[in-house]
Amino acid sequence: MKLAHITASTLAITVASTAGAFARDNLQIAGSSTVLPYASIVAEAFGENFDFPTPVVESGGSSSGLKRFCEGVGENTIDVANASRAIKESEVKACADAGVTDIMEVRIGYDGIVFASQKTGPDFAAFEPADWFNAIAAKVLKDGELVDNSYTNWSDFNADLPEAEIATFIPGTKHGTREVFEEKVLLQGCEDTGAMQAMLDAGMSEDDAEGQCMAVRTDGKSVDIDGDYTETLARIDSNTSGVGVFGLAFYENNTDKLKVATMSGVAPSTETIASGDYPVSRPLFFYVKKAHIGVIPGLKEYAEFFVADEIAGPDGPLAQYGLVSDPELAATQAAVADEVTMNSGM
Amino acid sequence: MTDATVSPEKTPKRSSLHTASDRTKKRNASETRFKAMGIGAIALGIFFLIVLLVSIISNGIGAYQQTYLQVPVYLDPAKLDKNGNRDPADIAKVSTFGYTPLIQAGLLSAVQDANIDTPLQTARDMKNLISASAANVVRQDVVSDPNLIGQTVTFKLLASSRVDGYLKGRVTREGVAEDKNINVDQLDLTDKLVDAGIAAKGFNWAFITGSDASESRAEQAGIGTSMLGSLFMMLVVLGLSLPIGVAASIYLEEFAPQNRWTDIIEVNISNLAAVPSIVFGILGLSVFIQFMHLPQSAPLVGGLVLTLMTLPTIIISTRASLKAVPPSIRDAALGIGASKMQSVFHHVLPLAMPGILTGTIIGLAQALGETAPLLLIGMIGYIATNPPGNLIDGFMAPNSAMPAQIYEWAKRADPAYYERAWGGIIILLLFLLSMNIIAIILRRKFERRW
Repeated sequence: MKLAHITASTLAITVASTAGAFARDNLQIAGSSTVLPYASIVAEAFGENFDFPTPVVESGGSSSGLKRFCEGVGENTIDVANASRAIKESEVKACADAGVTDIMEVRIGYDGIVFASQKTGPDFAAFEPADWFNAIAAKVLKDGELVDNSYTNWSDFNADLPEAEIATFIPGTKHGTREVFEEKVLLQGCEDTGAMQAMLDAGMSEDDAEGQCMAVRTDGKSVDIDGDYTETLARIDSNTSGVGVFGLAFYENNTDKLKVATMSGVAPSTETIASGDYPVSRPLFFYVKKAHIGVIPGLKEYAEFFVADEIAGPDGPLAQYGLVSDPELAATQAAVADEVTMNSGM
Repeated sequence: MTDATVSPEKTPKRSSLHTASDRTKKRNASETRFKAMGIGAIALGIFFLIVLLVSIISNGIGAYQQTYLQVPVYLDPAKLDKNGNRDPADIAKVSTFGYTPLIQAGLLSAVQDANIDTPLQTARDMKNLISASAANVVRQDVVSDPNLIGQTVTFKLLASSRVDGYLKGRVTREGVAEDKNINVDQLDLTDKLVDAGIAAKGFNWAFITGSDASESRAEQAGIGTSMLGSLFMMLVVLGLSLPIGVAASIYLEEFAPQNRWTDIIEVNISNLAAVPSIVFGILGLSVFIQFMHLPQSAPLVGGLVLTLMTLPTIIISTRASLKAVPPSIRDAALGIGASKMQSVFHHVLPLAMPGILTGTIIGLAQALGETAPLLLIGMIGYIATNPPGNLIDGFMAPNSAMPAQIYEWAKRADPAYYERAWGGIIILLLFLLSMNIIAIILRRKFERRW
């Protein structure tokens, strides 16, 4: 009879909750795993300093976060999407189709993408975008001709690099980091090596040539990591000549295992990224569903708290963790306070 | 046989039981080989078990120790209560960022009072030694008792994860050369703080009772709240899957006619038991969250999803134990005039109970260790809620679960979280072990033999 009692009470709770489902009082946030650490630091401080419950922050990648964000308006959808890249036209449209029209875009700062290898491994000290293009692109320029990539050692195309086997671990396509990597490293390298020009000369359209530039070889020399940086770190740990793509903050927490290489002659640091000298950086964003402001308690306060000077400023905990503070933070603060949405011209 | 020609009298032609024949020797040898292989397999299994346990314990034991600092903090009225009227609303307005400098100054004064010789002479130099959680600890005390303002109060605060890691041997002097979160001078100071009794390691109760923390303060994270999340999920699983599963199997085994439909149901139940758990997660997302509008990240939803996963296991084990009850019991009950229902509930079910309980506990243990379906219903991520205040909150408020928490920690950047993930595995294993022991005890105690 005890069992019957437990069952009855569980069922009662189930029914009660179904009826009262529209009573969520905590924020639901999802998206980029690059933004997750920052969002969790903010969420924690938010829970401590305000009377609102601590928000729930999930990861899973920018694209999957924005997809969930665009599922519609209502308490069973998320309130904030974190993204390590700007929202795409197609995503804005998908959002609008589902009724999510008023979206606030908030830029929280910049993040550097660093190229690191095992501390005791081969001496990867300086990379150029061209090196990465030659190492992992599907087609490269060899003796003036476009051929399938057959390089096996870094030293095959750049004598300054160690004679080590090419083994790279790059973020998978669901990560926002991948896009920045393709754009700022592969595409740049494609142009630098002249492969881009060769493709255009061969009669490819500009779009096709760009697509070809960013295509990665599939013979196992380059591995897509769909998980988090810890997975990349584990792969590098077990592969002496492995080189991985990391976020600056992750590298700074693991300086005892990793050594970082310069890119185009600049070492990554919060200073070089803030000044724009370090080439591979990208802005980090979060997107707020304006329709939820006033419905989900604490949403606006969270957004304002996130960009407040004491959090996102140069001396705040986010900068301490590895975020490069946005010089235009004041403008962002004003935009959040006025609830400026994307289509109202931000 | 070969020496038969040498001494024909001594060895009789026919075989004796005292001397083994070639064929017997061969059979004995193959038996010995088989036994040796069996022992080898078991030894290999035990070897890997020991390797696994040693690596889990050696990696995870660090999580049960934590470094604390005794810091005298002067709660400056000029900073914490500018109006000077001790109004709780005013005091609550001072955020944790207002407390951080006071704590750093407090540690600096403690260093100077203890006459410690160190090149670090500013309050900001102390920043990397103290956990970011310290400000909140002090603020909570001040907000709940504003009279503390103006006094110097000694707080027991967490040291930062780097300092803690140094005292545990995880962080080395060579390793911190590039680290901007700690430097060698600060490590030297740490050694001296330990000598002066300001810093000390203690048993980490907070790890067992606490909740998740953000990436910047691994030292504060605990598994307690997610343990409660797992507990509430298991209550849902137990409360739903046991009655439903037992009722379904009693009907199928004792009452249902044997026809095409029951065959189809049986095959489907066996199939369901083999469906990957992530599929149940997708089902849970679309049915419970998107269709029924149950809250995301709630242990109730997690429990419902795991119920679906556990049901087939329970049904299969219950049917097996019902089958094991001899038909003579049913016949005897029916023979003295019991109804079918009475014979099942008064005689068959009690005898099958040990088997049913064992199956249920093993099903629960499986559900307890499940991560994949929780990924889709929002129970994996940064979920740092306080322990639920009441029963309804326990089911409805966002929470994580033990395996989900471990998975989450293993992904984080700070190596201190890695240690905690292993520490969490130890607790999870203890839970699974005790559940399996309970299952064995129940079976031993109530088992009937015929």
